[in-house]
Amino acid sequence: MIRLILPAHLRILAGVGTQVEIEIDGEATLRSVLGALEARYPTLRGTIRDQVTGQRRPFVRFFACGEDLSHQSPDALLPEAVASGAEPLLLVGAIAGG
Amino acid sequence: MSKVRVLVGTKKGAFILTSDGKRKRWKVAGPHFGGWEMYHLKGSPAEPNRLYASQSSGWHGQVIQRSDDGGKTWAPVGNKFTYDGVPGTHQWYDGTPRPWEFKRVWHLEPSLTDPDTVYAGIEDAALFRSTDAGQTWQEFPGLRGHGSGPHWQPGAGGMCLHTIILDPSDAARIFIAISAAGAFRTDDGGVTWRPINRGLRSEYIPDPTAEVGHCVHHVAMHPARPRVLFMQKHWDVMRSDDAGDSWHEVSGNLPSDFGFALDVHAHEPDTIYVVPIKSDSEHYPPEGKLRVYRSRTGGNEWEALTRGLPQRNCYVNVLRDAMAVDSLDSCGVYFGTTGGQVYASSDSGDHWAAIVRDLPAVLSVEVQTLP
Repeated sequence: MIRLILPAHLRILAGVGTQVEIEIDGEATLRSVLGALEARYPTLRGTIRDQVTGQRRPFVRFFACGEDLSHQSPDALLPEAVASGAEPLLLVGAIAGG
Repeated sequence: MSKVRVLVGTKKGAFILTSDGKRKRWKVAGPHFGGWEMYHLKGSPAEPNRLYASQSSGWHGQVIQRSDDGGKTWAPVGNKFTYDGVPGTHQWYDGTPRPWEFKRVWHLEPSLTDPDTVYAGIEDAALFRSTDAGQTWQEFPGLRGHGSGPHWQPGAGGMCLHTIILDPSDAARIFIAISAAGAFRTDDGGVTWRPINRGLRSEYIPDPTAEVGHCVHHVAMHPARPRVLFMQKHWDVMRSDDAGDSWHEVSGNLPSDFGFALDVHAHEPDTIYVVPIKSDSEHYPPEGKLRVYRSRTGGNEWEALTRGLPQRNCYVNVLRDAMAVDSLDSCGVYFGTTGGQVYASSDSGDHWAAIVRDLPAVLSVEVQTLP
C-alpha cells in the first residue's frame, strides 16, 4: 500500500481527502504509482504528468523521506519507506504565482 | 415563467447565478471547482441542462467538465488535446519560431443542434471538436495548416483561439478569431479555412493591412443576420456586412475604441454593446467611469449607458468573453469585471445593477434563457 498526499487543487478535482492509499502491482516507482493513481482517479490524467510524453508537469514536485524525487527517473525505485507505506509520497504544487 | 441562468467563469472557480424572468432577485451558487481558473462555461442550445466548462491551472493543466443537470453536478471528461500530426512552429514574441504547444482551452462552443458536439478554442491557437460529449477531442488541422500559421504571433494574453461562431443558417460555416492572427472562416465544415481580415488596419504590425497578424479581441453575430459581424479589435470596432470578406470601422464617437467585450441585442440586430477601455497599456475604463456603450445603428453612433454603473474611481477591466445577452422579451445584458462584479440590465442596458459584487476576477459570462 502506498500513501499519497495530494495538493489542494487535485483533492478538489478527485473529490478525495488529503491522503490517498493505493495498491500497485510490482515495484514501487513514480511511473507505477502515478499509473495506479490515474487508473483509480481518471480525472487526474494530465494534471500531474503529460498524457502523451509522461513527463512531470513543470510546477509539480514529488517529495518523500525528506528528499526531492522530482528529477529522478520515473522507473527508479521509490524509497523502501514509501513502498512499505511507512512514509507518504508527497505530490506538491510548486510555490508559484503568488 | 421563463428563467435565466448566468454562467460565470472566474480566476478562482465557477459560479451559477439564477433568476426568474423578472431578473430582480438572484440566487448565487458556487464556487464550483474552487481555486481553479474557469476560462469559460457554456450551455448547449439543443439541451440547456448540458453544460461544458473549461477548468485549468498553472500547476495542473487543463480539465474539461460536463454537467447534465444544469450545473448541479459535474463530471470531468476528456482533457487530451493533441495537435494533428507534427505541430510545426509559429512565431514567438521576438519573431523566432516556436513549436506549437497546448496550454489551455479558452472557449467552448456547443453545437447548435447536437448536445454531444462541442468545439474548443485553445492556446496555442487551434480549433478542436468533440462529438462524444467531451470524451475525446480532434483538431481541425486545416486551420493551422492553411498557410499563414507559421507567421502567427501571440497577443499579450497568449496565442489563443478565443471566439467561435457557428452560423445558424449554414452548418458548414464557422467563424473563429485568434489573438494575434485575426479572424478566419470555413465554408466546408472546417476542412479548409481562410483569413477574413480585409479592411482591418493595425498600426502595431509591420504591414498594417496584412492578411494576418491582427489582434482581434472578439467577434459577435446576430443569429438572424449571420452575414453581419461585429468585431472589437485591439483598437477599433469593426463591422462586416459580407460574412467577413471585408470590414469597415464603426468606432464613431466612442471615447476609446480599445476594448475586449462586444455583443449584439437579442432582438435588434443593429443594436450592439461594447465596453470601452482606455488603452492597451491601461486596461481600465476612461476617466474611471464604467460605461457600456450602445449603438442602435449598427455602429458609428454610440450612447453611454451609465445608470447603476460606477461613475468614479472605477478601474476594472471587462474581458472578451465576459459579456452576454439573454433572449427574454426585454433583452437582458450582462457583463463581469476583473473586480469581481457581475452587472445585469433587464432593459437593454438602460439601467444596471450588480447581481454580485465580490467574486474573483471574472473571465467569462454566458447566459441561458430557460423555459
